[in-house]
Amino acid sequence: MKEYWQKDLETMHRSDLEKLQTERLKKTIEQASNAPFYKKVFAENNLSADSITSLADLQRFPFTTKNDLREYYPFGLSAVPLKEVVRLHSSSGTTGNPTVVLHTQRDLDEWANQVARCMYMVGLRDTDVFQNTSGYGMFTGGLGFQYGAERLGAMTVPAAAGNSRRQIKFIMDFGTTALHILPSYATRLAEVFQELGIDVKKDTQLTTFCIGAEPHSEEQRKRIEQLLGVKAYNCFGMSEMNGPGVAFECKEQNGLHIWEDYVIVEILDPDTLQPMPDGEVGELVLTTINREAMPLIRYRTRDLTCFITEPCPCGRTHRKIARLKGRSDDMMIVKGVNIFPIQIEKILMNFKDLGMNYFITIDTIGNNDEMTVEVELSEDIQIDDYARLQSLSREITRQLKDEILLTPNVKLVEKGTLPQSEGKAVRVKDLRKLI
Amino acid sequence: MNQISIFLENKYGRLNEILSFLAASKVRVIAATVADTSDYGILRLITSNQQETYSLLKENGVSASLSPVLVIATAPDTASFAETIAHFTKAGIDIDYMYCFSLGEKVAIVLRTKNTDAAHDVVRKNGLDYIDESDLI
Repeated sequence: MKEYWQKDLETMHRSDLEKLQTERLKKTIEQASNAPFYKKVFAENNLSADSITSLADLQRFPFTTKNDLREYYPFGLSAVPLKEVVRLHSSSGTTGNPTVVLHTQRDLDEWANQVARCMYMVGLRDTDVFQNTSGYGMFTGGLGFQYGAERLGAMTVPAAAGNSRRQIKFIMDFGTTALHILPSYATRLAEVFQELGIDVKKDTQLTTFCIGAEPHSEEQRKRIEQLLGVKAYNCFGMSEMNGPGVAFECKEQNGLHIWEDYVIVEILDPDTLQPMPDGEVGELVLTTINREAMPLIRYRTRDLTCFITEPCPCGRTHRKIARLKGRSDDMMIVKGVNIFPIQIEKILMNFKDLGMNYFITIDTIGNNDEMTVEVELSEDIQIDDYARLQSLSREITRQLKDEILLTPNVKLVEKGTLPQSEGKAVRVKDLRKLI
Repeated sequence: MNQISIFLENKYGRLNEILSFLAASKVRVIAATVADTSDYGILRLITSNQQETYSLLKENGVSASLSPVLVIATAPDTASFAETIAHFTKAGIDIDYMYCFSLGEKVAIVLRTKNTDAAHDVVRKNGLDYIDESDLI
């Protein structure tokens, strides 16, 4: 039997959904014009809510970028009087001025609903025990999942990030059935379980992992599922779009439904900013249509993905996007080739002689860019055979070359020697000097 | 019997670090050899107790594995050494690598071949002096 959190909305006929989107868009534009930033943008371009008669009219509106959010920091995009704002989230600002996202009580309720809908979709219910291993505080993966899981009715454990032994104690003591966890941390946790001699599949009640907040490959997902005997679902969010809950995999595990009653989705060529044909990779551009405090019009996310056009057997009509390819900011350009870390990960995860941890270094050697990929051996590898180790590095090099079109130096290292983090994994170091 | 093979990153002080784990234990190192490439080496050890050494290394997070080798004792002269190896050559057995250690008055030759069964036949047929872990205690 098919089950939905909000059957009417989730399975709405496309033409009705588009009608709903058009209404909400019109309202959003009206709301946005209260914000100093949009007031100025709309006036300069001679645009208003009246410019919207169909969804296609959205394309007449200019884009909003992260830079706009920085420039109008902190309250220049607020479309409500500040006394109506009940929560503020801010990004860390490690790469420039911080950005701020504001919420009214209604915004928070809608966000919680969005996350609850996602969790329900992967089979979680009010009988589940949900442990959130996300950092809390400003990081939206904490409170975002907290409120969503509570809305769902699950017993929610705000364990927060780090301290693996404590996480495991909670999992054992509280009978935790579901985790929200970074994919890199999931594999770390599997190791700690092993160190403690706990058989996850027998000794715990874990069934479901919500993994997200850093790009990961299908291969890594499969490893997590095998190591821990759970189903792992990819969740996608970003702080500018509230946080978690923007898009989520259903049980089909083939693409992420993006909730089109909350956002209007465009996938555009990052250079020409024209729509990409369905199924081709481009930049995800989102317009919020269900947010009061801080509507964003045509926000350029920098995330790269494509639409999956086939209808989903789960019955939901909201379109699916493919696993995120990485952010255009994560892209490395080496010898003129565009490379995403996730392409490298995808290859490495296929070798059973390798562990989960890897590190990419780019450096200038002479006048050339060189890429070095260090990768940890798995614990079970038979070490005695030189020929085997050498053919292993050769085979990794060959497959990487096929994928990224340049030849990296592959270095096998001992398990446990690469940096192992309990937060977002840092896997790339660029030592090139700008000339 | 087994030897212990250890993946050795080409990193200053790593050999010292691994040996210090062993020095702090009851395990006695009887033979050691290192082969190297530019990025890493393989340290091979025979000790008074392979299984215990293996567990000890694993506990200290060292990448190690146990692998079978053939250990044969001969008289400490070149002719005996050559004669021993000749038996394997005649039987058509490839030797991947070998190293030696002294065992009382004798020399112990450690051989690694891909064809362990055939190598054992050679030992049996020619009455070679086959060394077991119990001979090392």
